This record gives sequence, structure tokens and C-alpha cells, in this order.
Amino acid sequence: MARPKLAVWKFSSCDGCQLTILDCEDELLEIAGALDIAQFLEATSEVKDGPYDISLVEGSITTAHDMERIKAIRAQSKVLISIGACATAGGIQALRNFADVEDFTRAVYAHPEYISTLAQSTAIADHVQVDFELRGCPVSKHQLLELITATLAGRKPHVPRASQCMECKRAGAVCVMVSQGTACLGPVTQAGCGNLCPSHRRGCYGCFGPKETPNAVALSARLAAQGATPPQLRALYRSFNAGAADFATESRRHD
Amino acid sequence: MSASPAPALLIDDPAVLVEALQRQGWRVIGPQARDGAITYDPLTPGATLPKGLTDTQEGGHYRLGAGDPGRWFDYVVGPQSWKKHLFPSRQKLWEASRTDDGFAVTPVQDDYPKTAFFGVRACEIAAMEVQDRVFDNGDFADPGYGRRRAATLIVAVNCTRAAATCFCASMQTGPRAKAGFDIALTELATGTGLLVEVGSDRGAEIVDGLDLPRANAAHRAEAEAASAAAAAMQTRAMPPGMAGVLAANLDHPQWQVVADACLSCGNCTMACPTCFCSDVEDVNDLSGDHTERWRTWDSCFTVDFTYVHGGAVRRSTASRYRQWMTHKLSSWEAQFGTSGCVGCGRCIAWCPVGIDITAEAAAIAASPVPKE
Repeated sequence: MARPKLAVWKFSSCDGCQLTILDCEDELLEIAGALDIAQFLEATSEVKDGPYDISLVEGSITTAHDMERIKAIRAQSKVLISIGACATAGGIQALRNFADVEDFTRAVYAHPEYISTLAQSTAIADHVQVDFELRGCPVSKHQLLELITATLAGRKPHVPRASQCMECKRAGAVCVMVSQGTACLGPVTQAGCGNLCPSHRRGCYGCFGPKETPNAVALSARLAAQGATPPQLRALYRSFNAGAADFATESRRHD
Repeated sequence: MSASPAPALLIDDPAVLVEALQRQGWRVIGPQARDGAITYDPLTPGATLPKGLTDTQEGGHYRLGAGDPGRWFDYVVGPQSWKKHLFPSRQKLWEASRTDDGFAVTPVQDDYPKTAFFGVRACEIAAMEVQDRVFDNGDFADPGYGRRRAATLIVAVNCTRAAATCFCASMQTGPRAKAGFDIALTELATGTGLLVEVGSDRGAEIVDGLDLPRANAAHRAEAEAASAAAAAMQTRAMPPGMAGVLAANLDHPQWQVVADACLSCGNCTMACPTCFCSDVEDVNDLSGDHTERWRTWDSCFTVDFTYVHGGAVRRSTASRYRQWMTHKLSSWEAQFGTSGCVGCGRCIAWCPVGIDITAEAAAIAASPVPKE
């Protein structure tokens, strides 16, 4: 049987999630052995035509051209998986969704008239059907390997949507919110990062986006009682996953 | 462990006991001050026990700070319980490899040396006895748990103060350990040492080698009084008869009130020393030739916990909180013959929003839904 053809695509993003694929150093040869890497410009300029069995899509949709391109990619892909906060929630560039994008282009570019961009930065799933969304800024190497392995084996990937707190507690990390009063998004954030920030005594920044059934209203009430101001609460929810519906709604409550 | 008639003794420095255990080949796991809390980690030879520390606990609040510099055990239970050593949070159960005509399963070596838990509080002994009924119960036993439990020696510390989150007195699980230990310590007035009581033959063997002075009746009375004071200072209590109250109030409006505050984050279940639920996950490699089965702590607060074909059974947070609390305080009794709660207060302190199981119980007990 021919090896499944893999394509890796980039939209508006920092390339960090594609680098996570390359960061699978020990497993990279095995991945290359199991899959025919047909399109992955970050890694190789050799490009094969579609259709593709698996497409991994990094980045958000920010231009009219992006909107056309993602439809063409979807049409050539048997399985389409969006990877990372940009592709699953619009990324940090979705901060424009809370402002007027022309204010930004005027402030940043000498010739804003050359900039052709959409008013909003949106997730891949807002434009085409997505078979699986892998969260994270960047995605976790462990979850990425599990996703590839599960897709090859034809089973559902084990990527729990439960809270970051579960991961902290299993690892024996001492809760920073309870033990030092640090504002932490862990209780409303999906696990997966390996509790990077809490194990360094920092609060969770929500890189993996909202968990299943998040109760951000109750978390904000508690953080406010611990001294967080409305601008601080707004900023807390408005970062890498600002455009994720549950975080966007909660940040707007503190405008 | 049989009760021993050995006389009580006195020890000046509990570290002497730690060193004696280590000399006799025991791996000692004990309290350490780490990341602003008391955690239970292996004590490397020469590691010092925390001294002069105390804790302040409330709903969603824990602070470790300076206390009387002469006191060893003026803190109470912290974020972790001994559960993490007897029932590891992540554990490989077995692995298997593809063979020419099928697959071969390799069992996993369970490496658990003889281990002393040093500084076990009465509520924590009670919690182990609750988990014994879950994991070490004859018909449905977890052999790994049983092996680890049998290889574990318990050095108890009787609490002489309580945190605001403690309610062991109302659960009849503390603050004084009556059984279930090999050695028990009670800290006496600052600078006058600790009372040493022996609860088993192997405990006696360890203590005998230390040549400790005998305690007198006044020392014993002082230790009893210190425990009584720790009980008297408890400000929280579980209302009586909750098993029946909860079973009769499954549609109480309070379930929705608590759900509005609950984050369904699972912290209460992870911190609880008796919660025992786990998930099992098969992890295969890219080639599909090798697979491993892992067991991890799970929580009834996740959606996946009740996932069956077509969706999850308990979709609302109200239904998940109700499941946790009614199991803990009510149906646990029918299932295992005890309450699932030992009154340690961890679910109160380590709930990020400070939901208080005793307050929730009291709210329902105070306004039961009338029978139709």
C-alpha cells in the first residue's frame, strides 16, 4: 500500500507549529517513513501535486486570497486538521477583531494603501469543514505525534478537552492561584502544554484555548475578588486565543 | 498491624527517626516545603524536615508561612495526598508488540521499594483505609495497589492544630489517629519533644533501636489534650445524616446554584485523597507494531467521563457536581460501607473558587425538597 500523502499548509502564523513538527527530532525519520511528505515548504522545496490524504493547516484566515486558498486545499484533502491557536481560534492577530483593522495598518505601515486584509482574523473551521482541531500556541509535540499516529491507525486521537488543572494536579504542580493568588486561566483552559507556566510558578495564559464547558464568568468573579481589575481581566482572556468564542465573549464583558 | 502494648516514648528530634528508617533501608517519603506548600516527596539522605512553618487555609486559599520556629508540625494537610504514591497519577499497565502470528503482551515491572510514609495525618490514614476498600478488596483487587500498600510503613503525626478548612472531627476520622499506623508522633509543648506511640510490631522494632526515654502519664495526657484542642478549634463540620439527605434531594435547586460557581475543572477530585477514578488509554507507536496501555487519574467533572456512543450522559455541570458529592457522601456508603469523605478539607482549599462541600451540604440539609 502506498504511504499516505501528507501536506502541511501555512496561513497567517508565526510558523511555530510547523517547527513543532520539525522538532519531533527522534520521530521525524519515522514520520517520513510512514508518510509521503508531499507538501511542506518549511522543510523542503520539493512539492508534489494533490490530492492529499492528510492536510495539516497552520495559521488563520486574514485575507480574501486566504479564503479562496483554504477552499482549494480542502477540496484536495481527504482529512484536514487545523493545528495551533491561529488555525483554531484566529491567533494573536485576532486582536484586530476587537478594534478597527485600519487603525492598525495606518499606525504600522508607511503605505497602508498597499495592505489588503480582512477586518477579522478567523479560524480555518470558520471557512471549511475541519476534521480535527489541534490546540496550542504552539501545539504540543506529544499531542501532534498522537494525532498523526491515531490518524494513521484510523482511530480517534486521545486529546482530552478537560482543564489544565487536571494536568497540573496529575504532575503534582502546586496550584499558583490557590497558593499565591496568581491570576491563572488554567481552570477554563484545555490541558496539553505539559503545565509549562504553572510548574514555573506562573499563571496559565490559555495557550490551548477554552476547555470543554468553561465557566469563565465564575473564574473572573474569583479573580476580581482577588484584586484583578476589568482591564486586567480583559487582557487575560485577550491573547493567543482571543478569538476563541468563550474567551472573546468573556473579554467583552470587561470592556 | 496489631495494637501493641508497648509504652509510649519521647523523642526530641523527629529527624532522628527519619534517619533510623533510612539506615534500615526504608525509602522515606515525607513533608517538604516546595513551591509555597507542603508536598509529600522522597526525603533524600540528609534532607531536612520543614520546621517553623504553618499554613493558613480557606476556601480557594492556601498560604505557607512562618510559625513558631521551634515547632515541627504546625502545618496540616497540603495540596497533595499520599494517594499519588499508592495510586500513581499516570501508570503503565502493560505493553504489547506485534509478532508473526499475533501479539505478545509484556507485563510492567512495578518498582516500589519498601517505603515509609512519614508525617501521615489521621484523616489521611482514614483516606487510605477508604481506598483499601476500593483497590484492595479481595474480589476486585488491584494487585499493584495491594503490593504498594503492604510495602508501606506509616509514621503518623497527630495534629495539634487545625486549619479553617479541616472538618475531620465531624467525620470521626481525626485529629488523633487511633489505629492504622506503625508509629505515631504527637508534638508536645514547644521544645519538650514529641510523644512516640507504637502501633505495630515492625514499628516497635524500629523504635526499639533508638533507645528513647519513656513518656509518663502527663506526657500522654498532654498529647491527648493537644489533639482535643485541634478538634475543638475546627470551624467547619459536615452536617449529620448527609447520605440520606442527599439521596432524597437529587432535584434540589442548590445543585444549579453551585453549578453557577463551579468551574468543572476537576481540582477537587484530583486533590481528594479518596477519589479513585481513572481513565485507560492505549498509546501505539507510528508503526503500529508496539502499543502501551496507560492508566491516568480521571475526574467525574469531565465530559468524557460519561461519554458513551452518541455523547456524554452528564452534560451539565450541575449533574457532574451532584454526581461527585452524592457519590462521596451518600452512594459511597452503599458501595463501600463507609463515607467517601474524611474531612481533610482539600476540596475546599484547592477549589480555585473556594466551593465548600460542608456549606453545600448544609444548604441542602437546611431546605430539603418536600416529598411529593
